[in-house]
Parts: sequence; structure tokens; C-alpha cells
Amino acid sequence: MNTAVRERPSDRAGREALERALAAWPAIAPGLPGMHASGIAKLRENALARFRASGFPTARDEEWKYTDLSALTARSFMQVPGDVQAATAEPLPHHALFDDLGGHRLAFVDGRHAPELSSIGPLPGGVRIESLGAALLRDPAALETWLADSRGHSAMAALNAAFMADGALVIVPAAVELAEPIHLVFLGATASTVQPRNLIVVGEHSKCTLIEHYAGSAPTFTNALTQAFLARDADVEYCKLQDEGERALHVGGTHVAQAQGSRFAGHSVSLGASLARHDVTAIFDGERCTATLDGLYLAGGRQHVDHHTRIDHAQPHGTSREHFRGILDGRSRGVFNGRIVVHPGAQQSDAWLTSRNLLLSADAEADTKPQLEIYADDVKCAHGATVGQLDENELFYLRSRGFDAAAARSVLTWAFARSALDAIRLAPLRAHLERACLARLPQALPLAELA
Amino acid sequence: MPPILEIRGLEARVDDKPILRGIDLTVNPGEVHAIMGPNGSGKSTLAQVLAGRETYAVTAGEVHYLGADLLTRAPEERAREGLFLAFQYPVEIAGVSNVYLLKAALNAARRHRGEPELDAMDFLALVRGKLKAMEMPEDLIYRSVNEGFSGGEKKRNEILQMALLEPKLAILDEADSGLDIDALQVVARGINALRAPGRAMIVVTHYQRLLDYVVPDFVHVLSQGRIVRSGGKELALELESRGYGWIDDAAPAAVRAQ
Amino acid sequence: MDTDTTHIDELISREYAHGFVTDIEADSVPPGLSEDVIRLISAKKNEPPFMLEWRLDAYRHWLTMREPDWSSIGHPPIDYQDIVYYSAPKAKKDGPKSLDEVDPELLRVYEKLGVPLKEREALAGVAVDAVFDSVSVGTTFKSRLAELGIIFCAFSEAVQEHPELVRQYLGSVVPRGDNFFAALNSAVFTDGSFCYIPKGVRCPMELSTYFRINAKDSGQFERTLIIADEGAYVSYLEGCTAPMRDENQLHAAVVELVALERAHIKYSTVQNWYPGDRDGKGGIYNFVTKRGDCRGAHSHIAWTQVETGSAITWKYPSCILRGDNSVGTFHSVALTNHRQQADTGTKMIHIGRNTRSTIVSKGISAGRGSNAYRGLVKVLKTAEGARNYTQCDSLLVGDRCAAHTFPYIEVRNPTAKVEHEASTSRIGEEQLFYCRQRGLSAEDAVSMIVNGFCKEVFKELPMEFAVEAQKLLGVSLEGSVG
Repeated sequence: MNTAVRERPSDRAGREALERALAAWPAIAPGLPGMHASGIAKLRENALARFRASGFPTARDEEWKYTDLSALTARSFMQVPGDVQAATAEPLPHHALFDDLGGHRLAFVDGRHAPELSSIGPLPGGVRIESLGAALLRDPAALETWLADSRGHSAMAALNAAFMADGALVIVPAAVELAEPIHLVFLGATASTVQPRNLIVVGEHSKCTLIEHYAGSAPTFTNALTQAFLARDADVEYCKLQDEGERALHVGGTHVAQAQGSRFAGHSVSLGASLARHDVTAIFDGERCTATLDGLYLAGGRQHVDHHTRIDHAQPHGTSREHFRGILDGRSRGVFNGRIVVHPGAQQSDAWLTSRNLLLSADAEADTKPQLEIYADDVKCAHGATVGQLDENELFYLRSRGFDAAAARSVLTWAFARSALDAIRLAPLRAHLERACLARLPQALPLAELA
Repeated sequence: MPPILEIRGLEARVDDKPILRGIDLTVNPGEVHAIMGPNGSGKSTLAQVLAGRETYAVTAGEVHYLGADLLTRAPEERAREGLFLAFQYPVEIAGVSNVYLLKAALNAARRHRGEPELDAMDFLALVRGKLKAMEMPEDLIYRSVNEGFSGGEKKRNEILQMALLEPKLAILDEADSGLDIDALQVVARGINALRAPGRAMIVVTHYQRLLDYVVPDFVHVLSQGRIVRSGGKELALELESRGYGWIDDAAPAAVRAQ
Repeated sequence: MDTDTTHIDELISREYAHGFVTDIEADSVPPGLSEDVIRLISAKKNEPPFMLEWRLDAYRHWLTMREPDWSSIGHPPIDYQDIVYYSAPKAKKDGPKSLDEVDPELLRVYEKLGVPLKEREALAGVAVDAVFDSVSVGTTFKSRLAELGIIFCAFSEAVQEHPELVRQYLGSVVPRGDNFFAALNSAVFTDGSFCYIPKGVRCPMELSTYFRINAKDSGQFERTLIIADEGAYVSYLEGCTAPMRDENQLHAAVVELVALERAHIKYSTVQNWYPGDRDGKGGIYNFVTKRGDCRGAHSHIAWTQVETGSAITWKYPSCILRGDNSVGTFHSVALTNHRQQADTGTKMIHIGRNTRSTIVSKGISAGRGSNAYRGLVKVLKTAEGARNYTQCDSLLVGDRCAAHTFPYIEVRNPTAKVEHEASTSRIGEEQLFYCRQRGLSAEDAVSMIVNGFCKEVFKELPMEFAVEAQKLLGVSLEGSVG
């Protein structure tokens, strides 16, 4: 009794992009690392089948209600890896190498491991920080189990799983505390399509700090996928910094699986790209896990930035804390969707989520949806969300202390942003993030001294 | 006069862990018994089992209250029969006013005794008098039960409820914990005001401090789920000076008070 | 030994108190839906041509639509050709002219429901319009209201007597094709209540409708339209019950409210349709579209609902805050026990300047009940200075129930301020024990705690409704602690 639904232009673009991706597969597939191993080949084909079944997400998918990928699907992005248009190359953003950060750096340019920009210091026995592409060529079977875990993955993650070519592999064996941070930096130099895949495996009672960092002014399309596996009592601090150019498109997923007693402190700072979408999920596979997810997004112009988070309290006695803040200027749009699921039997779960949004201009928009889905009764769950502008009383207070109106607004905006970074433990990283944020804020100059 | 409470060979466990391993105790009208002991000795469990907490499974022994079997009865029946437990951690109930709970509790007991229920006016008059004695501001009864109360306010609220319900047996579980000296004196005055020939009290406490103000007739020392020493009020002072370390070495002995 | 559990089992097994079937001769059309059935309904109601056209348009639109699947409810597919779309108690010639002419059996039904029309007329001063299956059976107090120019009558009567008002406002808030169930209702609705409060008039009494589904296999599709002209005030109460039947019955109502400048409409619902038995057999599917349009400046629409019945509740009473400085409020208690499912909430659409909205939602899940709050707060670019405050609390009773919160917040104006808070709590064993130690029975303790949880909503209800709502909660829930 239904008449056929007429295809919208954006749907057509999505369908055509899907067809292009599928058409590109036979030519690209043989050159992808790990195809010589049946397990990895199977995994890629399964992912492609999943992607074929779902296609590019559209606004009709509840999870993509506010984010339109037609800017992406309209591009003819699906090219053979290595097809680099050197003529259009942009200068590399060397400041993004965070030279003063210390520790270990694994760098990638247009999705390919760049040894000349990397610097790995001496590592305790068993610790691996290396190119995933290389590892897939060498010993694909060892990575199969982890790469096959697709829990929480979106259609875009399936696309990555099919086409992934390179990325970082970080393995920290049991009982190792890495004092120095690991900086994974992805630089875009050309108008390329990159699908980085990062695999992080942290053993029992081990501890490390990771930064996943995207920078460059080239009009890249990045479809990144990061998986982290935390063994019992592992402790990981992780920061994703998306600081790409204004013509870039960025879709990324970070998916964390936590064993008993593990702790994950994640931060997502999204500053660049014309369209950025970040999926962050954590699943508590064991009891007494802790996850904190913090986020900060700054957007201006016509930028669109979307965070979707999901925490699965699948086991009892888990604790999660989420605090996301957005500052939206110009005609930008900020989207936040935070989902907390407390599964049957996950008693004594404790979850708290806040989403705060600051609208700086008449044309900016904030859409936020904190969600709770609870199937156990002995739980403490709460969420809060606010959208608004700067507090009049605070503005007045500052002006009564001699700030002009613009400066007062800047100070308060900065204060709002900065408190989202307070939880970052690694001080030099925090300083970098503060500088990166300041550079994006309106009237930031007089604030430099506050940083 | 027959005893108010007789406990014989009482054993109780939570999950599979034995907590009470054979308690014997007799409490007569007019008596105040102090039960002391280190953390984890089973003091609070005993109080909760007597009040009917279902978390604990009674695995052996019997308890007679006013000559009848206590253990088969629902918590609310015990309460209506005059057994009152002042909680160590009084529970918060959002949205339910203190005065509502007090009135419902009092009238439940009155109905049980075949007495007419108090109307709002009589009830308020009664409660105001008790508030004064407990040095509690009137607005406290209009707030949600224990919600946002300070530690001292919660404890005073328990004693207020006791004063209102006029129990035959009052069990006070750590009535002094977390109180400063002024609040402690108010609470102690409240308790002492209720001492009466027909009423008995069991005061459960870790420290001797409260017993300076509420002087017990008997003191029992609980260790690992058994009463290992019983004596007069001087036993509390001994515990104060020697601590609990020595009692674990003492041979377990089930000593009857009297 | 575990007395709580025994108590609870006893209480859970308590039967639905309004589940009697009344044996009244009904005038029904055969099951199924077609343009002919719609023509028949329209003819039976002796409707003017514009109504028939309106219905047919709605029907044709409905044929192109699909049943929504986005909510967190689940049910076997509904066969829309298996439903009776018109069922009226058989008329004695031209229908009742006064209450004395109303079938005494029917009046006894209302008495059983606690709606003794005559008593209400005499004592409570509540004007009651009672809708039995799909037809309005009698409206009390008409004459007194008429003196003030207030029109309060059955919808079918309004179509005859005030076609110009019906034509002007019907579908102006919930368009014919608004959603699947609203389109279905627009095509087949048979009766409901109509109310018009003229300029500057404050309705001196609570207006009230009681709905009851009686006939087997019949759906109930009533339509309510309330218009408060400039400066008018009205408080409207709606109560619902249905008999126990093993089959699921469909209830797809539409309520439209129009508030002109400075008008104030309070709309309160106590919904106690048959929820099905403890295994989820039978019960009403309650798919309702309720929307208010704050069309004039400084207007105010207040929705208050207590939803304890129905196998499935799917409703989102909403406010379109079009007039500057207009106010929308939504206070809700939704309770699900056994296998009931509720997906309810509100939409507050801020269009005018300085519009304000408040949402207070209290969801109680017990047994295997599932309760979802789904709400939208949307601030358009024009809504300078808009304010929203949302508070959304869930109370869980037992470890097999589910509670969900899906608040959508969309803000396009920087001067707006939107705040949302949600929390979850449970009736803890500690709370129950504490109350029982003070001598309260487990059932009184649960009832007391739940009523405390719902207090903010109950205080929005007119007094006698609040008392009824408290009792209903008690019956529906007590002892469901396992």
C-alpha cells in the first residue's frame, strides 16, 4: 500500500558513491596489506558486505539524523591508494609534530607511514609501536582477532575495515608502564582519501598515554578507525585531536573494549575540517571498569561537527563519566549524541553525562541528545544538557572590573573551553591543546597570556 | 515480670557468610543493655535481624519478644508491636515529607492497638512537643524524609520518631556515630527521657562515649558473632582503656546477663 | 520468609478494576476500512459535504503512509481491516435529548467508573461529556455554560450546530496527514468533544470527558477540539477506561488545542485503559496525537497526564509556541507494570520571542514494564530569548524493567537557554525496610514512595483528579518490588 519513495539527490549521491566504492574494490583489493592471509581477506570482504548492505548513512538513519554526508559522497573520493597528486601538495604542518612533547612519534603522510617524520625512542621489552600496514604484511594472523571485533562500528567503520591500508599498531604487554606519551600524527598533504586503521592493545596492569592527531591544510577525506583493547586493570589515557584544514572531511571512530578493572580516559578535541564526525564507544566487558570521555568542539564558519558516544555498561560496578562542551560560532552546527546503555544485570552501574553548548552567533545551531537506556535497577544514572550563551552576570562582572565587552566575552568563552581540557593529565599535551584552541577562538589574541 | 526479649542460640548469615554464630541474650523491662564490639563483630546485624531485615537469613536459634515468636513476623508487625530500630544510616526518601511518614507510622501502630487514629491537629500538637525536646526546628518535619539532612539531623530525627512511637523495645544502632558533642548530648537526653520501667533498650555502639551519657545496666561484648563478655557498665570503661584487641583472645563464652 | 515478595506477588496479581463488559445493543458497521465505510460513517452522522471531503482526503493520504517504527515499542502487526470503525449504542429514534433519555444501563456503566453524571452535575460542578465507544452520550451542564457563550458538546453535534467553527479549526493544529495514526483518525473519527470558550470568558467549572471502549473489536477514534479565544481560560479533564478483553484494541485519538492571545488551556488526562494481563495478553494500543497551538501572544497551554493503563502508550502532547511570550508546560507520570510499554513525552517548538516551556516527566517502570521518555525541544531562529527547563526522572521497581530517555534538543538561537536534567532512582530495599520498621506495610510504603516521586506532577492536577491518580498508581503498582 506504499507508493515508492522518491529518491532524494543526497540519496542518489550516496548510492553512486557506494557503487564507486564497490567498483573500485577489485582493483584496490589485491594491493591491500594482509590480503595474502585468508583471515584478513575474509575480514575485509565481510566488512565490504556489511557496507554494501547499509550503504553510506543518510539522514534517515537515526544515528545520522543531523549529519549529512552528501558533501562527502558528492566527491569522487575513492581512489587507488598511492595515487598522490603531488602537484597539489600542501606544505606539511611541521608544528603539528609537537617536537617538545617528547616520547614516541609515529607519523603518517596521506595515510602512509612516514619513517622520516617518526621517532620512536627506546622501548621496554615487548612494546611495539609501528606501522599496522607493515605488520599486516609480516604477520597478519596475529592481529586477526582484534581487527575482527566490529562491536559499535558504523557503516563508515565497515568501509574502513574493507579498505584500511595503514595506521598505527601499538602493543603494550602486561605490567608495563610507558612513562612517555605515544604521538600518532596523521598529516594531510594532498587531496587524498585516507582510511587509517589504528590498533591499540594494552596488557594487564599496563599503563600508557596516546595521542591520535590529524592535521594539515589539504582537502583530505579521512575515514579513521581506532580500536583499543584494555586488558585487566590496564590504564589508558587517550586524546584524539582533529585539527585539519577547513576543506577537509573527517569521519572517525574510536572503539574501546575494556576488561575487568580497566580505566580509560578519553578526550576528543575537534577543531578543524568542514565536516567532522566522531564516534566514540566503550564497552565494559568486565566488572569495575571506569571510562571517562571528555570532549571539546569549536566550530565557526560553516563547519559541522558531530560527536556520537556510546558507553555499554555490560557488566556490574562500572563507572562512566562524560563531559562534552561545544562552542559554536558563525553558521556552524554542533551535534552531540551521548548514549548510555546499562545492560540487564549490570547492577551498581554509575553513569553521568553532561553536554554543554555555547552559541556565539545568531546563525549557529546546537543539537544535543543525551540518551539513557537502562535495564537494571540498582544504578545511578544521570545526564544533563544545556544550550545557551554566555552568562550575563559573569559578563557584567568582568566589565565592572574594566574588561571591554569583547574581551569579557573572549575570557568567558576561553574559560568555558578550557575547563574541558582540565582533565588531560599530560601537561605538555594540555598546553598544545590550549594553544590549538586559542588559535581557533575569536578575539583570541589578548588571551594568549592566559594560556 | 516476663522478659521483653529472649534470644537463644541465634545464628544468621548473609549470602553464605555466617555473621551471628550463636547469640544468647535476655532483656527485661526497664533495662538498658549496651552491645559493644569491634567493626564486623555482628552488632549491626543483630539489630537488623531483630527488626526483620530480609538480607540476613536466620539459620538457627529462636527469639521471643513479649513472650511470642519474633522471627516469623514481618518487619511492620514487629514495629507495630513496639519494636523500634534507630538506624545507623537513616534512609532518605525523596518527595515524602517527614511529617507524613511520622503520622503514617504512628497511626499504623495505633490502628494495630485498636486505638483511634490521630487527626492532623492532634498529631501536630504532639509532634511539636517532641520537636522542642529534641531541639529540632519545625521546618525539619516538612522536608523530605532525611533528604539533605545533616548527620546530626538524621540521628535526631530517629530519636524524634522513637519518642513519638513510644516503643517497648528500642534498638539504637550507633546512635552516636558522626555526632559532635552538643548533638550527642541532645540525642542522649532524648534517649534518657524515654527510659521507663516498662521499656527496654539495646544500645549498639562501637565507642564508650555515648555510654557516658546513657548509662547502661549491662554491657555485652560481641566478637565474631558471639557475646564473649558480659558485665556491668564498668566493662565499657575497660574496653575504652584496653581497646578491643584483648577480647579476641578471650575464650568465647556465652554469658547471660543477670 | 521473604514477605516482601509474597506481598508483591499478591499485589501484582490484582485485577484491573474497570474491566467489566456492558451489554448494550450496539449499532456497528462491519470490520474493515474503505472509502465506502467512511462515506457510511459520514452519512450516519449526517455530516455536511466538507467533512466527508476532509475525511476522504485524510484516508487517501493515510494509504500512502507507513506505521511509524522509530519508538521503542514492539507489538504484533495490526490488521487495520479487522477493526470495527463505527460502533454506537443503538439509538432510541433520535438519540437522547436529556440525561433521562440516556440508556440507564449506560449510566450505570459510568457510575461503576466513578462518573455518576447526575451526582457530578449536582455536587462537583463538573460538566461531563461522556464518550462511550465512539459516540457522545450526554453532556451535563450545557445550559449553564451556554449562558456564558461557552460551547461544550459532542463533536458530532458541533459539526451540525457550529460547522463554521469546526471548519475553521479542525486540522489546524494536527493536519490530516500529520502522522499515520492522526491520518487514520481524521478519516474515521466518529465522535469526541468540542469546546469553545469565547473572548474573555473564564470557564467557571472544570470540563470533563470520560472515554470508554466497550464493544469487542472496535477501535476508538475520538477527536477533541478545544478553542480558547482571546483572554479565555478553561480547565479540561479527560479520563479513560476500557473493559478487559483478550484481544488488543486500538485507540487512536487526536486532540487539538488552540489558544489565542492571552488564553490559557489546562488539559489533564488520567488514562487507565485496560493494560492487558500480567503476561501481556490483551490491552489497549493507545496511539494518540495531542497538540496545542499557542497561537496568540501570552497564551499558555498546560498538559498534565497520568498514564497508568494501556498495553502500549504512544503519545507526545506537544506545544507549538507561536505567540510571543507564550508558555507551554508538560507534566507527566507514566507507569508501566507487567509487560506494558510506554513511549511518551512531548515536543516544545519555540517559534515566538520569549517563549517558555517546562517539562517534568516522571517514569515508573515495574515488573517487565518498559518506559521511555522521548521529547523534543526545538528553538527556531525567531525564538529570541526562549527558555526551556526539562526534568526527566525514572523510578525503577525491580530488576527486570527498563527505563529510557531520549531527549532531542535543537537550538538555533543564541539567546535561548535550554536546560535538561535526567536522573534514575529505584525503590531500594533499604527504603522499604525503613518504612516497614516504622510500621508501614510494604504496599503502603511503595505507594508512599511513588507518590512522593510524582508529587510535582500531581500538584498540577485538579484536586479530585489528583486523588484519583494517586489511587490509580497504588492499584497499578503496589508491591511490584521483587
